[in-house]
Amino acid sequence: MKRMLIAAGLAFVMASGAAGAAEIKPAVVFDMGGKFDKSFNEGIYNGLEKFRKETGIAYREFEVTNETQREQALRRMAQRGSDPVIAVGFAQAPALEKVAREFPDTRFTIIDMVVDLPNVQSVVFKEHEGSFLVGVAAAMASKTGKVGFVGGMDIPLIRKFACGYEQGVLYANPDAEIFQNMTGTTPSAWNNPTKGGELARSQFDRGADVVYAAAGGTGIGVYQAAKDSGKLAIGVDSNQNYLHPGTMLTSMTKRVDVAAYNTFKTALDGTWKPGIQVLGLAEDGVGWALDEHNRDLVSAAMKAKVEQARTDIIAGKIKVHDYMADNTCNY
Amino acid sequence: MNEGPARPPRWVGMVLIPLVNLTLALAIAGLIILSIGENPLTALRFLLFGAFGYIEGLGYTLYYTTNFVFTGLAVAVAFRAKLFNIGGEGQAYIGGLGVGLVALAFDDTLPLVLMVPLAIAAAAAFGAAWAYIPAYLQARRGSHIVITTIMFNFIAAALMVYLLVNVLIKPGQMSPESREFAPSAWLPFMHEALGWFGIAMARSPLNLSFLWALVCCVLVWAFIWHTRWGYEIRTVGGNEAAAVYAGIRPTRVIILAMCVSGALAGFVGVNEILGVHHRLLLNFTAGYGFTGIAVALMGRNHPVGILLASLLFGALYQGGAELAFEIPAITRDLVVVIQGLVILFSGALEYMFRPQLERLFTRRGAALPVEG
Repeated sequence: MKRMLIAAGLAFVMASGAAGAAEIKPAVVFDMGGKFDKSFNEGIYNGLEKFRKETGIAYREFEVTNETQREQALRRMAQRGSDPVIAVGFAQAPALEKVAREFPDTRFTIIDMVVDLPNVQSVVFKEHEGSFLVGVAAAMASKTGKVGFVGGMDIPLIRKFACGYEQGVLYANPDAEIFQNMTGTTPSAWNNPTKGGELARSQFDRGADVVYAAAGGTGIGVYQAAKDSGKLAIGVDSNQNYLHPGTMLTSMTKRVDVAAYNTFKTALDGTWKPGIQVLGLAEDGVGWALDEHNRDLVSAAMKAKVEQARTDIIAGKIKVHDYMADNTCNY
Repeated sequence: MNEGPARPPRWVGMVLIPLVNLTLALAIAGLIILSIGENPLTALRFLLFGAFGYIEGLGYTLYYTTNFVFTGLAVAVAFRAKLFNIGGEGQAYIGGLGVGLVALAFDDTLPLVLMVPLAIAAAAAFGAAWAYIPAYLQARRGSHIVITTIMFNFIAAALMVYLLVNVLIKPGQMSPESREFAPSAWLPFMHEALGWFGIAMARSPLNLSFLWALVCCVLVWAFIWHTRWGYEIRTVGGNEAAAVYAGIRPTRVIILAMCVSGALAGFVGVNEILGVHHRLLLNFTAGYGFTGIAVALMGRNHPVGILLASLLFGALYQGGAELAFEIPAITRDLVVVIQGLVILFSGALEYMFRPQLERLFTRRGAALPVEG
């Protein structure tokens, strides 16, 4: 046992020493959406570009175009000696499980999914916590007591957004009514602004005056519909307040860019660690966006209430139920 | 021997014209690459090396080739009866569903030697069934096969989404995918199969369904040119009125040709589901059904031509991915442009240089009588 510990310690020292001394050769495999999807993949891209500008270290990249290429791209990166390698999105998990076993000395980071292997770092987010905060803001901004939610593809991850949002709304206004719609059941639901706009308008017709979109590119249509109808919309993933100043109440920020940046940065410093990283409010992995574009929409009372909820969630006084813990939204 | 009109030698149409078209497509692609500031020769070298230069790359090329052989043969068989089957994509999708259902039901109980024939039969049956409905509508109701097969692609996609999102999904996961089959039901990879004989080969998705694709080439050749059914199909394709006069019933022939076509397309499911992914998932067809049309056009609807055209497209797919990997300025969209140019020149513009080239060689060569 003791010998093993020493060996492990030595290995660690050698690994970190090597990583610190030599420059790293980072790489990223984007998913089907491509790096300019205005949403998830682009967030990663922005984080990596920041790293490249700061350190001057270039990275390899690949955008997959079919199912089989995920595994191929990850393996090619590893074969080329790239390290660390970021796999973007939950859909890459099965491919990464295979490749990470074949290349135990290569460090992999997967974002938005957990792959439990000794050389894989899994970064997941507590989207329910951030959604709770924008739910509080939505309930306080609503005059009708009715708010809406437009999801992208109907998967557990998006139901997690919806569930956190619902809890936040009811926390601020127990009598509030919430309308929920999913855009579709296929990946095309991430990029269907027309349908997103229609769903938002139908929710406005039923009396909603704030709508939260967790739908990737589909959200663009939701925000436009809110602007056209003079209602409020809430953005997602990156800070989208600037899109329509005056009708964007706030954005639920999910810092995939920070996660991507940190992966390369920690690998460079030698502090990269395998295992699961769960980024919530406490880690600033999720949050709500307040900037010059929406300052006029956020009242002092609203800000105080949201910040209070934020503090309470971090302190553990408010427990936000995670849909994916038991695949239900009973709390 | 009859003294017919002077004809060019056959190799002009079969070899020279495709080569000229391919060269032109690559030349234009080279100009585009040049215009974005990259060296086209370097790009071509990466493309060729990525597709054929090392064993793993070759494995990927042949894996794509397998899919294109199946869909190309599917289009060709229908085309011999003058039917334009645009539905290869949907038939492949549903064929994969058949394979997946068989594997999910029997993966624990059946040994591989029984599983493989059963999966092949299921792929054929499901693919043929999906082609049967448009075929019936064409044969009996006169609904145009192009329209109905296109619509059936969408219906197939919607059906698969419904099944995978609501019925077959493994509970508690995000991607709409079924559970993984037990390893006993996996069609062996080529590197595993060669390993049994002590031959080492790098890992790739190439699996034993490649051999089945080669067998299918032979079977289709025999079917079209050496059976009564094939004769009937060719007769209906050549002249439907004459076929009726000869006592052939076109309705039956249309349905037969389309069902064989659908079955061939369904075999994509064997390669993808049983051979590579080992689970049912969405969008595994990835456009192979549509590319099959270009493959069949380029291969002159003949198994040998289709095999060669499939190899070309397999190389373009794999080499293209490699190209995007090696040269960051060449994005995956530019790779699609290159593939599109090859399809454009070998498909749509096929006849551009044909008259000139044929005249050239007719004048030079002797006026050989060629069977029609």
